[in-house]
Amino acid sequence: MKHLLSIDDLSAADITDLLDLTDHMVEIGQRPIPKVPALRGKNVVSLFFEDSTRTRTSFDTAAKRLSADTLNFAVSSSSVNKGESLRDTIETITAMGVDAFVVRHRSSGVPQMLTAWTTASVINAGDGWHQHPTQALLDCYTIRTGLNRRDGFDGLTVAVVGDVKHSRVARSDVDAFAKLGARVILVAPPTLLPTHVETWPVEVSHDLDSVLGELDVLYLLRVQRERMDDGLLPSLREYSTCYGLTAARAGALPGHALVMHPGPMNRGVEMVVDPGELPGSVILHQVANGVAVRMAVLFRLLGAGTDLKGHA
Amino acid sequence: MTRTIITAGTVLDQGGRRRADVAIGDDGRIAAVDEAIAPAAGDVVLDAAGCVICPGFVDLHVHLREPGKEEAETIETGSRAAALGGFTAVVAMPNTDPAQDSVAVIEFVRAQGRRAGLCEVVPSGCITVGRQGRTLAPLAELAAAGVRLFTDDGAGVQDPQLMRRALEYAGPLRITLAQHCEVAAMTAGAVMHEGACCSRLGVPGWPSLAEELMVHRDIELSRLTGSPVHLLHLSTAGSVALVRAAKADGLRVTAEATPHHFTLTDERLAGYDAVFKVNPPLRTAADIEAVRAGLADGTIDAIATDHAPHAPETKEAPLDQAPPGMLGLETALALSLTYLDMPLEDIIAALSWKPAAIAGLADRHGRPVTPGEPANLAVVDPAATWTVVPAKLASKSRNTPYAGMELRGSVRHTIFDGHPVVVDGVATR
Amino acid sequence: MERSRRREVLSADDVGRALTRIAHEVVERNHGLDGVVLVGLQRGGVWVAEALAERLATAGAAPPIGTLDVSFHRDDVGLRPIVPGSVTEIGFALDGAAVVLCDDVLYTGRTVRAALEALNEYGRPRSVQLAVIVDRGHRELPIRPDYVGKNLPTSRDENVTATADGVVIE
Repeated sequence: MKHLLSIDDLSAADITDLLDLTDHMVEIGQRPIPKVPALRGKNVVSLFFEDSTRTRTSFDTAAKRLSADTLNFAVSSSSVNKGESLRDTIETITAMGVDAFVVRHRSSGVPQMLTAWTTASVINAGDGWHQHPTQALLDCYTIRTGLNRRDGFDGLTVAVVGDVKHSRVARSDVDAFAKLGARVILVAPPTLLPTHVETWPVEVSHDLDSVLGELDVLYLLRVQRERMDDGLLPSLREYSTCYGLTAARAGALPGHALVMHPGPMNRGVEMVVDPGELPGSVILHQVANGVAVRMAVLFRLLGAGTDLKGHA
Repeated sequence: MTRTIITAGTVLDQGGRRRADVAIGDDGRIAAVDEAIAPAAGDVVLDAAGCVICPGFVDLHVHLREPGKEEAETIETGSRAAALGGFTAVVAMPNTDPAQDSVAVIEFVRAQGRRAGLCEVVPSGCITVGRQGRTLAPLAELAAAGVRLFTDDGAGVQDPQLMRRALEYAGPLRITLAQHCEVAAMTAGAVMHEGACCSRLGVPGWPSLAEELMVHRDIELSRLTGSPVHLLHLSTAGSVALVRAAKADGLRVTAEATPHHFTLTDERLAGYDAVFKVNPPLRTAADIEAVRAGLADGTIDAIATDHAPHAPETKEAPLDQAPPGMLGLETALALSLTYLDMPLEDIIAALSWKPAAIAGLADRHGRPVTPGEPANLAVVDPAATWTVVPAKLASKSRNTPYAGMELRGSVRHTIFDGHPVVVDGVATR
Repeated sequence: MERSRRREVLSADDVGRALTRIAHEVVERNHGLDGVVLVGLQRGGVWVAEALAERLATAGAAPPIGTLDVSFHRDDVGLRPIVPGSVTEIGFALDGAAVVLCDDVLYTGRTVRAALEALNEYGRPRSVQLAVIVDRGHRELPIRPDYVGKNLPTSRDENVTATADGVVIE
């Protein structure tokens, strides 16, 4: 594995392998000194063309726990704003000696484009509406530990609720959940579903209340205010009424069901109830698992080589 | 008197095929067409063994980028690409900077074409001032300056009332309005065909309906006004069906299709390579089949390239920021021969005399290969295979989606205005 | 696979006797079991730590056992697969303890070096000792075992396997 661009590139076995590796990383995180020398001397550059303090910090922490050197390329103050092309930027930084780029961009496909211009590994930290593979992996890890499902998600039912159309989290999560065997239901008004949704490995519902009782996981997506301007929603209030998680809806979930959200949350829109009062909320676990999953990804990409024959 | 003699080939034109040599006089006209013409001392002899000698091709749709974007293409480099593709006339789209909405710009483009001397560069005019879709361009003035085809290509005329007025106004001017069919409100930010691939890639889609709505509108406006409409670069099965029905109704509707719309599908964009971004976008396999069928049954009159050069760095931008368009002049014939299941005569018709008629060039291009006619000819080897190498293209840009592809059919010689401008696949000027 | 070179150099009984001897040596060296903890190296050393603890239990109170995964501390990190489930688990404080690192086969010494480094991150032991079933030589670092089941001269192209069922060279 050279790059991590999309869940599409991973098999169920690849995902399971990364989640197994994450167990080790969780353990490292619990040590008195949560740092190992595994990636000493490796240089990880984060290249965020779109702001995301959470994801950038999470990758940064992950790299540091593995003793990699990290460098933040601050796009706002860089020559990218002076008209330097993406290609020149990547080739220049590559020439300085980089082992991995962690890339966030508002345009779908940019991480994949970069692979043509660098010898370093490229990790997609979110591109446009396309993919956010480490989010999907950390979500899978959270479900796996939360519901004790080490061997896959066969028999689990997961609802992904909200603005699927514009969501890279949804595109990655749906792929990953389905690959691990879960039944995935998208719940949203038709305007917030992607076109040609029939080609996705999902079922579709427009009635949240009718599916709550059969869920093992309720995954809420962020709904953004600008969707109203695009004529996709009449109002956030109406969205909230139909698709928001209220106390009553939370009560209709099975007792064991997990409630998840990729953050940042819109309180009062998709999340009407206080998540702190939800017994099934694992939203903070998602954040904590993010570091371990990203350590696993970094280690798999930068620490992996061929097996030595014979073990001492 | 020095003549150019094309020997050992087969003549193919509106009159069918026949074995004949062709002699071209120094007046730029065909002097003789005969079974065997003996070259005299000083004659230039071009070998056409295994080739067909046919009327030169006419491309209804090229972007030569001059004036305004000379870093992507100039009229000279674009003309050279055209000549190498067998074209003796190209219709230059008006989305230059400044746009081709005044006689001054029209004359500039023509003059640059004459200076290059590789093919006839035929400027089209804008339908609206600055292609802004708000007020009519000086259609009569431009028509008086010889412009025959008008379009706002790059964009469609969005306002149906304005388009109706344009067609009404155009009626007595004996000009043709050509439409880029795209309802812009449905394609804001669109990057590629709205389909399964687009859904997976997470980019805004360009639905087929956005084209078909305007195809339908303009067919009905042609019915209402009686003025001819030419529909540019049709890309969907629905559009082809609409045009087929319009022709059955006897309407004055013509249409063109590009080689990329009968060869490549939207799946090509799976790698986010902007070289495959084009407007209208690459569609599905079913659309390709419909476009091929439309060409085969004559619903679509012409093969046009929509040759759209872009400087390399602009195509290295993210998919949603890169400009749409791909090169086409040097690959059009080969793609047609490789991928269209049509008789050679019909392919040449769609490349030559049918578009010549639409462009108002039928007095000098796409003429029969007979004595006295202007010598605008292409000599084509239908069996030769070659591989597309971007760096070897004559265009100033490199954005061909066919890099590395092996194609069948090549242009051996091109005669423009009596001059051999391409000999053995090499431009002579 | 060619099995003709396979030979058993210690039987299950031999291994059992070696463990019993090592247990006695641990007690003798540490003047009892006060502060002694066993840490098995993932994965081959875990059974050694468990077997040793069993024998020490008969000599008094069983010392606490932990496991240590050194994968992320190796100098050849990445050249070996990370084995799922073989995580570090040390449920006791190491400060002031006498740690007996347990492994099956001592070879280049690189695993032990990585283990010494990894241990540092859990605390500061009073001492660290090394117990192995087999020392097959070919050390690449200045590391020596404190307790050895058997010294076994080998060539580099041989494989040595040490389990409770015996020690095999192939």
